[in-house]
Amino acid sequence: MNENIIEVSNLKKKFPGVQALKGINLKIPEGMITGIVGPNGSGKSTLLKIIIGLIVKDEGQISINRKNKGRHLMKDIAFLPEINHLYRWMKISEIIKFHEEQFTDFSTKKADELLDFMNLKPEQKIKNLSKGMVARLKLILVLSRSAEILILDEPLAGIDPASRERILESLIGEFDSANQSIILATHEIIEAERFLDYVIFMEAGEILLADNADDLRAAEEKSIRELIGEVFE
Amino acid sequence: MDIDFNAAYPIYEQVIEEIKKEIVRGELKAGSKLPSQRKLARRIDVNPNTVQRAYREMEQRGLVETKRGRGTFIKDDDQVMVEIKTEMAETAVFNFIEEMLSLGFKKENILNKVEANFNRRKDNE
Repeated sequence: MNENIIEVSNLKKKFPGVQALKGINLKIPEGMITGIVGPNGSGKSTLLKIIIGLIVKDEGQISINRKNKGRHLMKDIAFLPEINHLYRWMKISEIIKFHEEQFTDFSTKKADELLDFMNLKPEQKIKNLSKGMVARLKLILVLSRSAEILILDEPLAGIDPASRERILESLIGEFDSANQSIILATHEIIEAERFLDYVIFMEAGEILLADNADDLRAAEEKSIRELIGEVFE
Repeated sequence: MDIDFNAAYPIYEQVIEEIKKEIVRGELKAGSKLPSQRKLARRIDVNPNTVQRAYREMEQRGLVETKRGRGTFIKDDDQVMVEIKTEMAETAVFNFIEEMLSLGFKKENILNKVEANFNRRKDNE
């Protein structure tokens, strides 16, 4: 059936004073929305950053099974960082233009449609945007690309419920399961729960559980939220 | 179709339940075409993979058939309708009995209540 888009084996990373990843083994299925769930400091971000090459690993193997072998990795991965990485002095329209020049797979038409859907205006300045607006814009920048892999680090953290709903709606609306895989890290899954195909529970640099979300529900007769509550107790 | 999702039960199963209900209520007719997976996913706000799994399961259970390049259709087969109704009836009876038992009623009591309810209905006619 499904191939794996990413396979990780024995991945280790140590930061001063803390073993952030303790030899992780992991398979992330292709064409699915995978949620990496775990409390703050569990190693989710470190794992994602190593996958995309922002942090160097100490040990282990990562293979990314892209269709476009040989191209630069970042051409096929769209990354949404947890921090606000956008230039504060730019207008939304300028950020869009910047991305268009940066990424060949960026569609300005799609970005414009999404801006409209997310209630953002091209002339708005980044420094005047609320936290929820920045979160929406960050997602637009990622969804406007036709990248094979979308990696979203805490796309919903600290955002008002209305923005969260919009973000999930456009994420699910734009998701092209035949050509895309989405991996999102989150420390709270509340609204995202029903959209996840596959869930990975992480804690203290280790994988506690990784399985298909509906199979887990069927086996345990519990929601993923309830399971998280039990697993992390 | 408006699904109030229960997060403790497989979501693809809930999609199947809803489609069955539409069939039993006659909103989806035997032989008619189901919406495309993408369309349904957008309408009920679920992951397209979930709808895909629901359709695949329904095909395996003989409820629908996929015609290459034309889409997914409700089986035009009376037997299928009978099976869906029987299954849904069994679920309804099961849930009813579970609830009555949890209220502390015994079998005899439950049957009497059902009988009495039918008699009242007859009187009201």
